[in-house]
Amino acid sequence: MGTESQGTTRAGGLWGWVTERFPLDSMLKEHLTEYWTPKNFNLWYAFGVLAGIVLVIQIVTGIFLTMNYKPSAAEAFASVEYIMRDVEWGWLIRYLHSTGASAFFVVVYLHMFRGLMYGSYRAPRELVWLVGMVIFLCLMAEAFMGYLLPWGNMSYWGAQVIVSLFGTFPIIGGALVEWIRGDYFISDITLNRFFALHVAALPLVLAGLAAAHILALHHVGSLNPDGIEIHDELDERGRPKDGVAFHPYFTVKDTFVLSVFLIIFCAIVFFAPTAGGMFLEAPNFEPANPMQTPPHIAPVWYFTPFYAMLRAVPSFLGTQVWGVLVMFAAIAVLFFLPWLDRSPVKSVRYKGPITKFALATFAVTMVVLGLCGMKPPVGIYPSLAKIFTVVYFAFFLLMPWYSRLDRTKPVPRRVTFHAH
Amino acid sequence: MRTERLARAVVAAALLVLPLAALASEGGSYPPAGNDVRNRASLQRGARNFMNYCSGCHSAKFVRYDRIAHDLVIPEAELKANLMFTSDKPYETIRAAMPADDAKRWFGTMPPDLSLMARARGTDYLSAFLHGFYADATRPTGVNNVVLPGTAMPHVLADLQGVQQATFVTRPGEGGTQVTELEKFELAQPGSLSPEKYDEFVRDTVNFLEYIGEPMQVERRDLGVWVMLFLLVFSAFSYLLYKEYWKDVH
Repeated sequence: MGTESQGTTRAGGLWGWVTERFPLDSMLKEHLTEYWTPKNFNLWYAFGVLAGIVLVIQIVTGIFLTMNYKPSAAEAFASVEYIMRDVEWGWLIRYLHSTGASAFFVVVYLHMFRGLMYGSYRAPRELVWLVGMVIFLCLMAEAFMGYLLPWGNMSYWGAQVIVSLFGTFPIIGGALVEWIRGDYFISDITLNRFFALHVAALPLVLAGLAAAHILALHHVGSLNPDGIEIHDELDERGRPKDGVAFHPYFTVKDTFVLSVFLIIFCAIVFFAPTAGGMFLEAPNFEPANPMQTPPHIAPVWYFTPFYAMLRAVPSFLGTQVWGVLVMFAAIAVLFFLPWLDRSPVKSVRYKGPITKFALATFAVTMVVLGLCGMKPPVGIYPSLAKIFTVVYFAFFLLMPWYSRLDRTKPVPRRVTFHAH
Repeated sequence: MRTERLARAVVAAALLVLPLAALASEGGSYPPAGNDVRNRASLQRGARNFMNYCSGCHSAKFVRYDRIAHDLVIPEAELKANLMFTSDKPYETIRAAMPADDAKRWFGTMPPDLSLMARARGTDYLSAFLHGFYADATRPTGVNNVVLPGTAMPHVLADLQGVQQATFVTRPGEGGTQVTELEKFELAQPGSLSPEKYDEFVRDTVNFLEYIGEPMQVERRDLGVWVMLFLLVFSAFSYLLYKEYWKDVH
């Protein structure tokens, strides 16, 4: 199907004129039609593509929101309501963007967990993992700054709480907080700089990092659920025996996965855009009010595992900086993952019972911490948060030992694949 | 493979449990408001109630008169004659009749804008609030409210509902504290509406408040059905295309 049209247009005409002057042809081959992708990819491998698509959704809807949003403390809240009520299809653009923020974290967390299960971070893919981790950091900054822009009361107090975390650092804390806010409190100035970073600086960095993430991946090739290198088994033409061209095989497969994703995504956009207060919180329908705190301030769900760890650490030596350090350490430890895993095999399929137990415990830990971060710190939640903060760090810091000690199974030469 | 299935199960469970947990954590519980934003007659009555009883003091500064007229199918002449008291231009938004300075002087605070009140507090809260006034001689307005104790708002619907007397009970709470709870309301002085008619009045008003909170909500849900149908058909075709291509992969 594709070969006919390529064969007839490639020689001359516009296509020939362009490819003589720009490496379009070789780029398409390298990244699509001759990018050999393991044929045993399962559903877990779709979340990277979905993250890329959500990034595009966020950029496109973001551009249209910017056309009517006013980044000023006096007008921001009203301009969002203007978008919701008076701009043609403004409500749809806004709900796509607000739902997209949460969807981004859903697919990125699942994408990262995929990496954890199948050892996608192991040599020679350390840089793919590290660039991905920087993307994750930027994404958190992007989400946090975007959350201030509607200038609702939860926007205001959420920013107030998170920014003041930096104030716990000894000596420089106060100056640092003032430097971030550009003022003595969260103000019009803070809103303006968060807007600049949210719509210009961070999206540029994110797009560049996403390109670097894909380039690094395509340089070393994709791993797969068996955790073995398909480039070790080549056919007579020098192509991996277990690889298929990304286009058309994975473009058609991902189109199907995308349509299923869109069913869930659009169900939220059209039938439950606030997601019961998870994606759009009720206090954010009241304008920012520095004189009145919402009854319970909690970050949006995607920050709550880290927020729970922050609150789990008690203050001692007269400072609360320890909780902040633990929260940053929880993210920092992820960067070292490629060097913490000492198992001779990459994929969980061929690892032993200890690793499997650890991985399952880690998944439960993230869910429990996420729950603890949403709830007010009363009752059972503070103790749960403390226990699971320890479990979280134990998973990573004990990995050099348990990953080496654990039993492994023999790894096959060829991938596990059942033809359709 | 078993581990992967387990992981999938854990993720699926988390995606289901977390929203439920969030729902469970939402505020106090009130009896359901029982309104229906698809009931146009109720919304029209609610608009009348709002303009006559609320808009004297409360603005709805994001809501335009002509949007209401369009959505609720109210002819412009009727809109101007019966619903517009603070403006004569239908494209304008709803301002309160009471000047802000006077409001501060009389009540100590500006009555809040009601455009988004249903989204911020929920319809059940609003319904409970409008049912929650009772006589309290210690308050400057002569009334208090069980939902929002110490509210500055007078009972502007007292003519309709009448005046309620509240009986409270005190029982021991957690950790040796004493909890005071409403035991019952008694209608000490009946109003011009029967209790059933007053319930309907509140239901209509809350219905209108829910509508102005998100005027496109009915359109959003109706469009969503078509979007879902399209995506279902699209995913069926994309599935067949995927299967067709992957037949060649062995």
